[in-house]
Amino acid sequence: MSRNRKTIIPIGPYHPLQEEPEYFELEVEGEKVLDIDIHIGYNHRAIEKIGERMTWDQVIFLVERICGICSTSHPIANCNAQEDLAGVEIPERAKYIRSIVGELERIHSHLLWAGLAGHFIGYNTLWMWIWKYREPVLELFELVTGNRNHYAMLKPGGVRRDIKEEDIPYFLKVLDEVERKVDMITKAALDDPVLAARLKGVGILTKEDAIKYCAVGPTARGSGVAIDVRKDDPYAAYDLVEWNVITQKEGDVFAKTVVRLLECLESVKIIRQCLEKLKKVKGDIAVKIKEMPPGEGKGHHEAPRGETFHYVRSDGSNTPVRLKVRAPTYVNLPTCKATVPGESVADAALILASIDPCYCCTERMMRVVDKKSGKVLMDGSDLIRLSQEKTRKLLGSYFEREDRYKC
Amino acid sequence: MTKREKDIIIQIKESLKEKIISWEERTANRHYFTIKKGDIVAVARYLFEKGKARFITASGIDTPRGIEILYHFSFDHHGGKVVTVKTLVPKDKCEIESITPYITGAVFIEREIQDLLGVRFLNHPDPRPLLAAESWPKDWYPLRCDFRDTQFTDNTKQEK
Repeated sequence: MSRNRKTIIPIGPYHPLQEEPEYFELEVEGEKVLDIDIHIGYNHRAIEKIGERMTWDQVIFLVERICGICSTSHPIANCNAQEDLAGVEIPERAKYIRSIVGELERIHSHLLWAGLAGHFIGYNTLWMWIWKYREPVLELFELVTGNRNHYAMLKPGGVRRDIKEEDIPYFLKVLDEVERKVDMITKAALDDPVLAARLKGVGILTKEDAIKYCAVGPTARGSGVAIDVRKDDPYAAYDLVEWNVITQKEGDVFAKTVVRLLECLESVKIIRQCLEKLKKVKGDIAVKIKEMPPGEGKGHHEAPRGETFHYVRSDGSNTPVRLKVRAPTYVNLPTCKATVPGESVADAALILASIDPCYCCTERMMRVVDKKSGKVLMDGSDLIRLSQEKTRKLLGSYFEREDRYKC
Repeated sequence: MTKREKDIIIQIKESLKEKIISWEERTANRHYFTIKKGDIVAVARYLFEKGKARFITASGIDTPRGIEILYHFSFDHHGGKVVTVKTLVPKDKCEIESITPYITGAVFIEREIQDLLGVRFLNHPDPRPLLAAESWPKDWYPLRCDFRDTQFTDNTKQEK
């Protein structure tokens, strides 16, 4: 009696949990996953093709729209590439501001993931707690850049907006609070028997596999591969401040969680040093790039999920001939082929989420219609008005909000 | 550290002396060199296995001389040098040896270039289309210069 007991379990094309267009085919026997097949390409937006028709300045806005979570990492990588092409050195003040925006983004992105990871394993208390502490970070963004996501802070040659001196005390106060809470969560997570039982030893990515699959970011650092573009090929202000690369050698989901949480604390350290330097370093925040010479440029940035790589080629005109974008998930996703087989179906969903695949959470409410009368109560323009009122309120009253984030 | 940094570039230049056609050093951390199409597997294997480089990605560009494929490698522990290997694939015989059997990280990008630029990768372990839908016409390559996006709308109009 030999029967083929293999079953295919499809997840996707619209992932029910992670809400993104990807499709996994799990080949299972009983509870055990034997093989996985990854299909992507359901939401290809032809950014590279569109980029060939845009001017160098417009490209920055275009690449910012690639992702809603790490929306500043693509502009930083692209600016690095364009500045490499033009041979431009940006002013020191702009370097610090770039690092501050980049690190704030890392904190909010890692906290977002940690919350979601809690939600995925049914630990909703962790999810709600962490997202509560993520909110002040988004409000810092709103204060500094005017927006919660899509900050439009960067331009080739520097940054668009300055960080005001009078904002720094409030900035530091929120950072203290965030650091205290992340520290608390990290300690709680490390000691938590529930988390340890659920995450330890699950989905182990060995160091050899991480190198073989060319994994980047926390996925690689969780497996003991100490690579970080900020340290290896410093740009912005990362070589002007003190910080450490966090690595763990276990390679399981727990190690990736620990790497992300500890990196938040390193980011706080970087931002604090940058803010101190901002008080002393005055001057321009951007230099003008007069023209793009023909040639090539490469730039990368350590986004929250790993290295983002941009390649540009110019023929001397005002538009790029070629724009190549390599997002970190593109190389991290195939590692699932090494980590998922052999695990149970319940763990597979968690392992697939552990590389922190990137999706956009910027959708807020669109339109509210009264069901009975069919009357539109609120639409996009109201939303913009509400959002602007909130920013104004935030700018006006931040000194009065002493107790807002105490719990 | 500085001695080691210098070493890696000199090492590559010495070891691959016969294969390198031209070398361009734009800045201390950004290098480009050109090789023949047939040497790509040997060069990629040397950089990845001996040089301990990390394969970042590949990119293809449609140029008047043919399709240029660039393989970007990063030497993370040698000051973050990014070395790009360039090679040219003629359009009339649009195929090149795949590096995926040796560098697993190249599995997606080679399939992507196959879809978007129509370069066939020989001996690729999994050569299915990555991005293109099943209904996508066989000889339409969006990143080629002669591709017009109106092609697609014209076709759907005709169908209607």
